Amino acid sequence: METILVLAHTEADGSLAQPAREAIAAAQTLGPFHVGLIGNHTQQAANQIAGCGAEKFFAVTGAEFAQPRYATDAAAAEAIARTAAATIILVPHTSRWGRVAAGVAARLGGRADTHVTGIAAGPTITRWYYRQRMEAQMTRTQRPWLIALDPGCVAPLQGAAGTATILPVNVTATSRTQVCGVKAPATSQQTIRPDAKLLFVAGAGWTKKQPDGQTHVAEAAEIILGFLNASQASLGSSKSLVDLSGEGQAVLPFMSHLNQIGQTGSTPRHRKGLATCCHGEEPHTVGWRFIVERRAINLDPNCGWARGKADVLYVADAFAVMRKVNELLAAKP
Amino acid sequence: MSTAFQIVVCASIVPDPLQTLEPVTTPAGPSLKNELMLPAVLDPWASHALFEAAHLAQQHPGSKVWLVSLAPKAKLQQVMMTIAQKAAFELIALDGPASGFTEAADVAAALADTIQAIPGLDRSRLLLFGGWESASRGAGATMQILGEKLGITEQFQGVDQITIAADGSFEVLERIEGGKHQLSRCAAPPAVLGWATGNLPEPPNNPQIGMTNMRTIMPALQKAKPAKLTAEGVTFASVALPQQQRQTRIVKDMSPDDIARELVAWIQQ
Repeated sequence: METILVLAHTEADGSLAQPAREAIAAAQTLGPFHVGLIGNHTQQAANQIAGCGAEKFFAVTGAEFAQPRYATDAAAAEAIARTAAATIILVPHTSRWGRVAAGVAARLGGRADTHVTGIAAGPTITRWYYRQRMEAQMTRTQRPWLIALDPGCVAPLQGAAGTATILPVNVTATSRTQVCGVKAPATSQQTIRPDAKLLFVAGAGWTKKQPDGQTHVAEAAEIILGFLNASQASLGSSKSLVDLSGEGQAVLPFMSHLNQIGQTGSTPRHRKGLATCCHGEEPHTVGWRFIVERRAINLDPNCGWARGKADVLYVADAFAVMRKVNELLAAKP
Repeated sequence: MSTAFQIVVCASIVPDPLQTLEPVTTPAGPSLKNELMLPAVLDPWASHALFEAAHLAQQHPGSKVWLVSLAPKAKLQQVMMTIAQKAAFELIALDGPASGFTEAADVAAALADTIQAIPGLDRSRLLLFGGWESASRGAGATMQILGEKLGITEQFQGVDQITIAADGSFEVLERIEGGKHQLSRCAAPPAVLGWATGNLPEPPNNPQIGMTNMRTIMPALQKAKPAKLTAEGVTFASVALPQQQRQTRIVKDMSPDDIARELVAWIQQ
């Protein structure tokens, strides 16, 4: 009989974010489970999920555990896992858990599997190898087994509020690291929106010569930003486009490697995806592996990025189409 | 305070990203079809770690860079012909599989034994660099486990920048959700930094650096110890390429205005 533990951090406001509630929902399908909470304040989060079916709520609470940093997060997770005598540990694969998951498993003498996209009884997990190019189903005998579940793979726990009794776990942890804050682009320049319904993918074609023989990078930037602001879409980019800055070519000023999707970028999850001016075959198209509905605008009807990968391919000039799209979006109430 | 660092970069090799990959089943577990025939490159994010390490060492006189690599040594030799021209380092090679289906814990154990055996390594000046995830396993696990095995509890993942202060402390920018970075300040080494893309372009080839490196690379490859990696405890029920092929509707004769109208309707559904 496995002892299943879900570990989660509380947010700055004391609540549990969606990825944590997804991990709890995944645990519900596996059998009886405990929850371990880590944060500055944990009671509010425990109450938020009081009715989730957890047998026990453990918590490491304190100001030093509010900061997302390795030393304190790993110590807290280790302490809860040992207290609960957990054999299966589920965590959401957020940046915070991604920093410590494998280290915690090593401390516990177990193993970790990260970027898990599916979990079933056994447990058997599904994850991708070679940058989302092949999918594996696997299980393992080592315990404890820490499983980091990618956000967006499971419907989150809803409406389980109540009053939970917390079992405090005492931890002493020190660190030479202080978290000083978060650096984010100005709101008007923020182009990455993980919760957006639509991913807009811009390819290198936006910076290439147009029918008049000239490049129109400034206009491309205006059109793309205009669309992002009007639609609240998230912006992804092909590697070739973000690499242009390193090659001294004219680039879109708001584009960075953080926007890059695909082989050496991210593989975000959005319901819809619109790719424009993207070219390339299979290795480049993994960036929208997890996009459900896909459309593309491209001048090449045989483009490998779209054919067989997109639901609809519009063979057209993206400048002309997106200019009109912006007009229509601006005209809508 | 001295800000000379001892930087150990862990990097393996992966198939060139442009290659077609196909999984096969072997008695030892999953593998890639014709894996040893596929052209290889240094793992992309680990490459960035190496370039950042070389840049950091240049900025801080007295620093040294080691490249510790676990890979089939014949393939590693091929990759070194290119990489050796881009950054100054001393190679320490381990001969073993570079497959994504090996266990991160086993790889970390082999790397830890090797790093601990580096003569004169000063832990108080040690920065352990690597990619935050490989392009093969893509787990982000090896560097964390390695840090644990070496007793290093200051760890950073998804690093895009390190800035060294005069007192030897350093600031780190780590990628977090939503296109943001977390800014942390660490009082002193040792620390583990799993690099994302960083800020440096790939350095141009420098034949002089290449010639200097090659004097130590060939002996290092000859001395490469075999690393035994197992997949004990793991059972792969299946490893497969995604088969989903969409029936793409190709729209050739629609005006931009009509396409725009259709797209807006779709976006707003």
